[in-house]
Order: sequence, then C-alpha cells, then structure tokens
Amino acid sequence: MSHRRFHHPENHEAFAFSSASEEQIAWWERKYPAERRASTVIPALWITQKQNAGWLSEPALRAVADRLGMTYIRVYEIATFYTMFNLEPVGKYHFQVCGTTPCALRGADKLKDFCERKIGPKGHVSGGGKFSWVEVECLGACVNAPMIQINDYYYEDLTIETLEKIIDDFASGKEPEPGTYVKRQTSAPEGPPTSLTDESLYDGSKGKPLAAIPNAPKPPEPAQT
Amino acid sequence: MLLDKDRIFTNLYGRQDWRLEAAKQRGAWNSTKELMQFGPEWICDQIKASGLRGRGGAGFPTGLKWTFMPKVVKDRPHYLVVNADESEPGTCKDRDIMRHDPHLLIEGCLIAAFAMRANKCYIYLRGEYIYEREVLEKAIAEAYAAGLVGKNACGSGWDFDIYAHHGAGAYICGEETALLESLEGKKGQPRLKPPFPANAGLYGCPTTVNNVESIAVAPTILRRGAGWFAGFGRPNNTGTKVFCISGHVERPCNVEEEMSIPLKTLIEEHCGGVRGGWGNLKSIIPGGSSVPMIPKDICDTVLMDFDALRDVKSGLGTAAVIVMDKSTDLVRAIARIAYFYKHESCGQCTPCREGTGWMWRVLERMVKGEAETSEIDTLLDVASQVEGHTICALGDAAAWPIQGLIRHFRQEIEDRITNYRQGRPHVQGHTLAAE
Repeated sequence: MSHRRFHHPENHEAFAFSSASEEQIAWWERKYPAERRASTVIPALWITQKQNAGWLSEPALRAVADRLGMTYIRVYEIATFYTMFNLEPVGKYHFQVCGTTPCALRGADKLKDFCERKIGPKGHVSGGGKFSWVEVECLGACVNAPMIQINDYYYEDLTIETLEKIIDDFASGKEPEPGTYVKRQTSAPEGPPTSLTDESLYDGSKGKPLAAIPNAPKPPEPAQT
Repeated sequence: MLLDKDRIFTNLYGRQDWRLEAAKQRGAWNSTKELMQFGPEWICDQIKASGLRGRGGAGFPTGLKWTFMPKVVKDRPHYLVVNADESEPGTCKDRDIMRHDPHLLIEGCLIAAFAMRANKCYIYLRGEYIYEREVLEKAIAEAYAAGLVGKNACGSGWDFDIYAHHGAGAYICGEETALLESLEGKKGQPRLKPPFPANAGLYGCPTTVNNVESIAVAPTILRRGAGWFAGFGRPNNTGTKVFCISGHVERPCNVEEEMSIPLKTLIEEHCGGVRGGWGNLKSIIPGGSSVPMIPKDICDTVLMDFDALRDVKSGLGTAAVIVMDKSTDLVRAIARIAYFYKHESCGQCTPCREGTGWMWRVLERMVKGEAETSEIDTLLDVASQVEGHTICALGDAAAWPIQGLIRHFRQEIEDRITNYRQGRPHVQGHTLAAE
C-alpha cells in the first residue's frame, strides 16, 4: 500500500473556501441523499485541491471536514489513502508519468529519465514553482502508451522529442494541446482504419424507429366466446 | 471477423460527434420507451438469452446478476452503480465509451436500472478521467433536457436520476464493494461478502454494480435481439467485445471484435502484427495485468474468450492484450506489475499488504539475478498463500502474474541467477530477502 503523510503541517497556511468552490461543493452535494453528505468528500477534496494550488494542506482538510460535518480524522484518512490528493506543494504544471508495464514496454523509462534531467528529481518543484513530476500507476490509456497526465489532461504517444517540446511550451507560457502526439485518431490504429469505415452507420438510417421489437412477447389470445 | 454493421460502438474512436443529436442518428435512444414496455422481467430474460457476461473482468452473466435484486421495492430504494473506475493495467475501453459514445451508456443505465427497479444510478469514474467526466456530465445534462432521463424518463412512466461520481486514484475502488465504500465517502477497502450488494450495497440498500461496457451494450442487444448478440463467439462466450491491444505491436489500438476471435488474427488484422513479425513474439498477457501470461506457442492458436483462456490457465479478464516481443525482460515486466499491486493494496488483509511487498522485493532481486534458485519455489509458495486468502481478489490478482511467469519462463529466472553468480566468489542470497 502507498504510505503518505503530511510532513510539516505546522507550517501550513490558513485556508478558506472561495465562493466558486462553495458553489461547486454545493452542486456535488445535491447528487447524494441529504443524510449522506460524506459521499461528497472526494469531489470536495478535489475542488479544494484545485483552489489550493494543486495540493491539500491540513487547514484545507479541516475546512472540508467542517463543511461536510465529518470528523477531521475521516477526511485525513481519505486524503492519505487516495493518491490523487497531493500532501505537498506541486508545480503549476504537475506531470504524472505513467510507469506501469504497458507504458514501460513502450518507453516510459525514457520519459522518466528525461523528466529527471529536464525538471529535476521526482516529487520536487522546479522552474520557480512551474514544474514538478511524479511516477504514477496505470492511468488507463494503455493503447496510447507512453503517456503523461499534465494537470487535468492526458498527453499520449509521447517521445522524448515531443515531451521536450511540451515542457518548453509550458515554460514559455503556451498551453500545448492534450491528446495524442502521433498521427492517429485517439485510440484508433495509426494509418488506414481497420474498422468503422461503413458510411451507412452514419447516414441516419440507424435512427429510424424500429419496425418491430425483436422477441416481443405475443399479445394475449383474445378470449374465446 | 466482425462486420461494421454489427458493431455496437460505432463512434469508438470519436470520428463522429458524441452529442445527443449525432448519437441518435447512430441509433442511441432509438425506441427506448418501446424496449421498456414489456417490463423488467422481459429485459432480464433478453439479456440472459444473449449470453452477455460481465465485461469488467470476472465474466459473471449480466442478466442473471440483475435478477438477484429484490422483485419489489420495499423500504429501501434500489441503486444501480456503474463501475467506470477503469484501472486494470492494459485496459482503456470504458474511457472510449464514455468520451465518444456516452449516450449509449446513459441509455443502458436507464434500461438496466428499470430492469432492477432502481430509480437512481451513480456512475463511478476513476478520478484521472477528467475529460471523460466532463463529456459524460454534458451528455447527462443533454439527456435531462431532452426528457430521456429524469421524471417519466423517455415517457416510460419510470422516474430515473443519473449522476456521475469520481474517485481519486485508487485501483482497489474497481472492486465492487470497495467502490461502494468509496462512494459513501470512505477509504476504498473491500467489504466482506455476504451480504452481497444485491441485498446490502450502497447506503445499505439493494445495489447492483456493473461494468460500463456491460451496461452500454444492453440497449443495442434489446433493439437487435438476443439471438443476434448470441450469434457471435462460441456458446457461453457470446457477443462482441472491445479489445485493447497495447505493448509491442506495430499499431496499438482499441477495437470492437467478436468474442472467440483467434488472438493471432486480432493482432494481425487490427494492429499490423507484432513488432518484428509474429516470430518475434515472446509472450502475451491476454486480459489485463491480473491474468497469467501465455507463451508464444499458446498464442499461436488460442481463442480470445473466457473458456479458451481459462483452459490455458489464463483468463480473458478485461480483454486487455499486452504484447511482449523477444526484446522484453519478462522478469522486469512482471516485477513492475508486482510493484503495481504492492502500491495499490488497500492494506486491509495481512497476506496481501505484506505479501505484495515481499513478492515485489524478491522479484526486483531476481531481475538482477541476485537471488537463490530455491527462492523461486519460495516465491511460488508465498504467491499461493496470498491467493485466495484475502477479502477481495486483489491478492489473487497479485499472485497470478507471478505464477504465470514461473510456470512458463522459470528457465529465464534461473539463467539470470546463474549468470549473476558466475565470477562472483561470494553471493548473499536469502539474507536480503527479509526487510
């Protein structure tokens, strides 16, 4: 199991929800039965992390606990259990490099080495607060390996060259597009398509009402007189 | 080989628009009200007759699962929970369904919920799928605006509310009871069963947890008939399936194919073959990281379905095919998978919490060769003691890849140990084992 704790919580700054965060948490809260407010805790922590520059401090956890009527320890155990919650400051652009086997088979190790050279040691913030990187477990984009999640979105089919360009772009204030960095449509094979080429799938004929429902139960026999 | 006209996910790659109007043109939400008019039992019967088995890994018959829910709603409401916590290494199919064909999923949720008499549905996405969640939220809003869900959904007389929820990066939340714990706002630690979720699930109410793909195929099965779906694949392994092929192939991709397609055909037709040709193949993990690998001679002929892969001591799992060519260091590949399970163990059961770390550390030494040959048997022994001795299947999933490695490639580990020892006068082996 992963083992994560706060390091120097005594140095954490005070935290208060912005009105935007308040609004978002209230929106999430409406999804669950009124007496089940704890269900909101993961979305609420996520919103809090967004507001708090990408990480959760102890005062932030306490604010969430107070907001949802939970004890602090319950919120703390969730923040330490779920690995998307950062317990230390991260860079403005936080790189999560997938290192699990499907990505490793296609060169994730090279990306990790490159991040180490270009950004610095794992888990450290560099570039004046701009960059940080960590290795994470499978992010579920294995046919687009190797890939990196940068803040919210996936950057896929990367090489050292494309990754360098992405980092340089972020450094110079640009926002490079997420998605695949080779010539392909999302998860489709590169080159000519091997499926879904039949145009009749898309001409609207599939949207016409059904003539009959297959296997419909037979209407009851009319009563014999 | 599956023809385009028989594919369910006609926008798998997002070449078309995912929004409601375009989805309707492709057949989503077509005659949904009429499909619901014959009642819940009819729907369950159709899904049973189609032979659909759960697409999340375990392969339990979906229609049967739906019938486990109480037949009448008493004091506790029923819930449908959709498992979109797709985290099994190698698997990325649900992601495509949610970002490119979300309306098929939402329609499936309505039909499945109606079949199990649930008025509420939660879709639990993994936290990292932020773009997918944004798309799904928009699609849900569209469905509400069009009256397809909400009060009197589709004019069927059934009230149905659907919500997207998300996690925050814990593989274990893909286990159904851990997912429910997480959805209740707790750590994702699996529950003991029984009681099963159909009796006491979310908030202690009757709940069924289904995979995204199992739910999303349901409306199309009803529209085209159970017999149509059952016509693909071998008996007991029917239907179509989205395969994810990653690793050392020329063109990795997701593709919907028929069940029981030969593994070799799948790779050669859709992925341009193994890198360097079929002869360059070493081993394949056919169903996501949890299932044992199979060597090339089995890959030559094996069919991609539940029973055929079980017969070769592997499994279909999530149908995530991870291909490894001759350049692969298999011990290292499995050691990395062992690290994954060590990282993702929830820490609740001792055999798994301690065992996954122990197995990973031994494997890391075996990668270098810094071990005793006898430790291979010790490793097997530990793996078999983790397997089956934990609340959930994560312990099993951690043990199987290691067992698969030793079953087929023991020689490789032995060679490495021998090579490491050559030229070294003194080697510490066992002393490094316990940390």
